Amino acid sequence: MIVIKDLHKKFGKVTVLNGINLVFEDKGIHTILGPNGSGKTTLIKSILGMVIPNHGSIEFNGKQILGEWKYRNEISYLPQIAHFPQNLKVKELFKMINDLRPGSKNESELVSTFQLEPYLNKKLSHLSGGTAQKVNIVITFMFDSPLIVLDEPTVGLDPVALIRLKKMIQREKEKGKTILITTHIMSLVEEISDEIVFLLDGKIYFKGTIEGLKTQTEQNNLENAIANILEESYA
Amino acid sequence: MLKILKYGFFDLMRSRWSYIYFLFYLSLGFILLFLNQDVSKAVITLLNIVLVLTPLIGTLFGVMYYYNSREFTALLLAQPIKRSNIFLGQYFGISLSLSLSLVLGLGIPFLAYGLFQSTEIFNFFTLLLIGAMLTFIFVALAYNLALIFDDKIKGFGLAILTWLFFAVIYDGIFLIFMLVFDDYPLDKFALGATIFNPIDLSRILIILKLDISALLGYTGAVFQSFFGTSLGMFFSITLLSFWIVFPVLFIIYKSKRKDF
Repeated sequence: MIVIKDLHKKFGKVTVLNGINLVFEDKGIHTILGPNGSGKTTLIKSILGMVIPNHGSIEFNGKQILGEWKYRNEISYLPQIAHFPQNLKVKELFKMINDLRPGSKNESELVSTFQLEPYLNKKLSHLSGGTAQKVNIVITFMFDSPLIVLDEPTVGLDPVALIRLKKMIQREKEKGKTILITTHIMSLVEEISDEIVFLLDGKIYFKGTIEGLKTQTEQNNLENAIANILEESYA
Repeated sequence: MLKILKYGFFDLMRSRWSYIYFLFYLSLGFILLFLNQDVSKAVITLLNIVLVLTPLIGTLFGVMYYYNSREFTALLLAQPIKRSNIFLGQYFGISLSLSLSLVLGLGIPFLAYGLFQSTEIFNFFTLLLIGAMLTFIFVALAYNLALIFDDKIKGFGLAILTWLFFAVIYDGIFLIFMLVFDDYPLDKFALGATIFNPIDLSRILIILKLDISALLGYTGAVFQSFFGTSLGMFFSITLLSFWIVFPVLFIIYKSKRKDF
């Protein structure tokens, strides 16, 4: 589905991605892990065409994405920080997104899943962080796209919403979709991911199953395995 | 692009600043005509206000709108929409809504005071056209600066400086130059220098149209003797269009290469 070849990206003097080669072929949940500043979000934004790489190429379903935009019809993206036009109401935002990208399906169902009904007539600037994230999730999941990209989906969510989100991710997976997730919550990673990709200093340190990572680091617990890699890299 | 334009347009139309801008022109038009029933004199007074104010407001709104709608832009960028359409849509949305405030704000009082019976009707429309063109030019310049500089303060400062440069400093430098190099023939130079300032160009255009040689000034006089009235007008309108086209092309160029 996605083929990334020799991807480089610098912001000023800081090298963020330093030669990423990566293929996401299979359906299922792929988790992108890595310490802060390892380039997870930059990688995701490159796939979406929001960040223009200095070097290298990204193919989506066999086509180069540079300068293209139609392929984004097949991607649902949940940004890391919920950025909304502040003077709009929640309802107006949904209407606007629907207008700009026709074909949404289960908006009302999602609104009730996350109990957003009381907020529909509130301004987006007045929402709490967690509620804004729920709105963010509704916008992402209201489209039925074959690729779903979630950048830190759990930030600010309460436990009930978190459980519902997990269920939703599982359901989308069962529909045969490809899902990319970045997160720092290891329990979530262990619970849902089919494959993990570990980024370190703009390079891929590990790609494979959780079991594979545990064997490679000789740890019997994912959290320790990750900590082990990080300590080695700091040393 | 039209959908983005629509959202940008209504977003601004709903903001109270658009109303203030509109009401300002409305009251200005009525007060001028109330104090002085002569439409042609009112047009000349308006000329001086429009030449300074539309670039300033265009600059301020262009920068402010870009920085305030960054969240919206980020949201749009992840959707299946062409990049250049997002930015062009926003640009035309701001420019059109500001131009509309100008045209309606000045148009209503002049219509009420019998514009259609007056011989000044074409001069008045030239003034509105110039005001709209200056809006498009300065919104484009400001929007470009905002695109280039992520730092709000820097972008804002430079945009204001750009306005100040074209509205005030440019003429100052020009005059000093004229004084210092008094002994040389400067006609061609003066002509060339005018082209690089859209505000000067607009002033010459409207004064050529109004045919008031007392207000032409040095560059205007050179312009008129060089081109004559009708060719001069055609030439200055074309140049003003270039002042819109090139910054807009740069918006497309820059937006394709920017990271978000």
